[in-house]
Amino acid sequence: MKSEPFAFEVRGLRKAFGSLRAVDSLSFGVFPGEIFGFLGPNGAGKTTTIRMLTGLARPTGGHLFFFGEERTADVKAVQHLMGIVPDDDNLYPELTGRANLEFCGALYGMPRKERQERAEMLLERFGLAEAAGRFFATYSKGMRRKLVLAAALMHRPPILFLDEPTTGIDVASARSIRQLLDDLRCEGTTIFLTTHYIEEAQRLCDRIAFIAEGRLVALDATATLLASAREEGAIDFVVEGETLSLREPLGLAFGGVTCRIEGNTVSVRSSEPLRLTPFLNFFRDRGIELREARREKPSLEEVFLRVTGKAPEERAKGGGDRP
Amino acid sequence: MKRWITFQAILIKDVRSYYLKPPNLSWGLLFPLAWTLMFFLRSQGPIDIRSLLPGVMTLSVLFGTTSMLAVTVTFERKGKSFERLLQAPIPLGLLVLAKTSGAILFGTLNALVPLALAAFYIPLEASGAIRLLTACLLLAFSSAFLGLLVAVSVQEVFEAQTLSNFFRFPMVFLCGLFFPLERVPLPLRSLSYILPPTYGVDLLRGALGEEVLFSTASSLARLTALCTVLALLCLRAINRHWID
Repeated sequence: MKSEPFAFEVRGLRKAFGSLRAVDSLSFGVFPGEIFGFLGPNGAGKTTTIRMLTGLARPTGGHLFFFGEERTADVKAVQHLMGIVPDDDNLYPELTGRANLEFCGALYGMPRKERQERAEMLLERFGLAEAAGRFFATYSKGMRRKLVLAAALMHRPPILFLDEPTTGIDVASARSIRQLLDDLRCEGTTIFLTTHYIEEAQRLCDRIAFIAEGRLVALDATATLLASAREEGAIDFVVEGETLSLREPLGLAFGGVTCRIEGNTVSVRSSEPLRLTPFLNFFRDRGIELREARREKPSLEEVFLRVTGKAPEERAKGGGDRP
Repeated sequence: MKRWITFQAILIKDVRSYYLKPPNLSWGLLFPLAWTLMFFLRSQGPIDIRSLLPGVMTLSVLFGTTSMLAVTVTFERKGKSFERLLQAPIPLGLLVLAKTSGAILFGTLNALVPLALAAFYIPLEASGAIRLLTACLLLAFSSAFLGLLVAVSVQEVFEAQTLSNFFRFPMVFLCGLFFPLERVPLPLRSLSYILPPTYGVDLLRGALGEEVLFSTASSLARLTALCTVLALLCLRAINRHWID
């Protein structure tokens, strides 16, 4: 079986642990040179998928392809093409930063001189040159993540798997890692990224797949996913005076709109695009002074919550009523 | 060439990170000396170094190798750094060999401590020395694979030590070290014949000119066969337990 033109592709991938289906009939392909976001709630099957793709777990069913060749039963043969940044900082605490990088290069058969030069270059690039002689155990969380990423790049892999690369680190380190990922994309590296940070995915990824309970629930270009959110209406009005009495008339005047009132803010949401003028007329007719009206910018988070089973409207349920 | 680079890197890292650490080095020296002293104290008459040496060497190899390997591999698995090795393009057989080599060297060097001391008192011919070294190496191989099997079966470092003792002590008493195999109760004697130290002890005795149960060729063949079986069991266990 052949698969083109993807850098790697999964078809009908399944993984079961006893009766639990961790990954269920997952299919997607990742193009060479793109950053592919793989998002889902905790326990959705993201890490299990990465473990299968990188040879730490065997699929219960389905197929894995790398650069067009089926490798389901022999991921070992393509492990030299992968750089892996796991969610744990799994380098050696008793080795220095430099020694860790050189050791990782040696695991991929790099000759001594080449791995020494590459390690120095990466330490410089990741801003770790000054800490290169310190033991990994003494590194801060941000420095550790950077070194783990540097270790994954030692052998110049064309595919990079990143499992939560910026979780739990300071803002500056996270920003510098994002910049590095962007640079790597420009250099042609294919990046498979799982993250909890929707904004990170929104900013970095060319395409995004959402996974829930082991199944793919959405897959599209980031821009397309955002465009689907833009088709929805979301306006917040800040008004003067009493607001609670507006619930019922709002419901009667605008069918199919979800309304939430918090203090002086009236939030309206709809699955259809909302026009501003009818709402302005509604407030003017009742003599209510409008201080501010703002269209909420659609975010990937809203798409995420919708496709993974929690619609944005549900978030508003606590403080609002359906008209 | 690439594989040699990888093998060498894993071995050197393990030797530096674990086996050359002062506590392990001192343990590697003190442990064989303590065994020697124990045999010395229990002997009623003048010490017969030739009869004492196989026991001390066997215990040094068995305890040194199994302990170190089971503990270091369990330690690396707990820290997830072992996953890094499994995700690298290293054939599983080479990985097992690289990880066990440090422990094999450590165990063999442990056994050479009492041998070095004994060399002052007993003349050793070159052929005898080679046979001693071969026996030590094969014993170390089998012990390393046993240690790796332990590491595959446990999650915590303390469990590795507990499980190691569970089979090490019975092995010591069933391998003919303290009393001849003929005196081992019949139901247990068949177990003795599948224990690597049984043949290791016999080889060491033969190399020192002591009375033996099996011919050198027979012991070598049986010990090599047991090493091969243990290595295959290790590969199978790692494949089943460490790759989900």
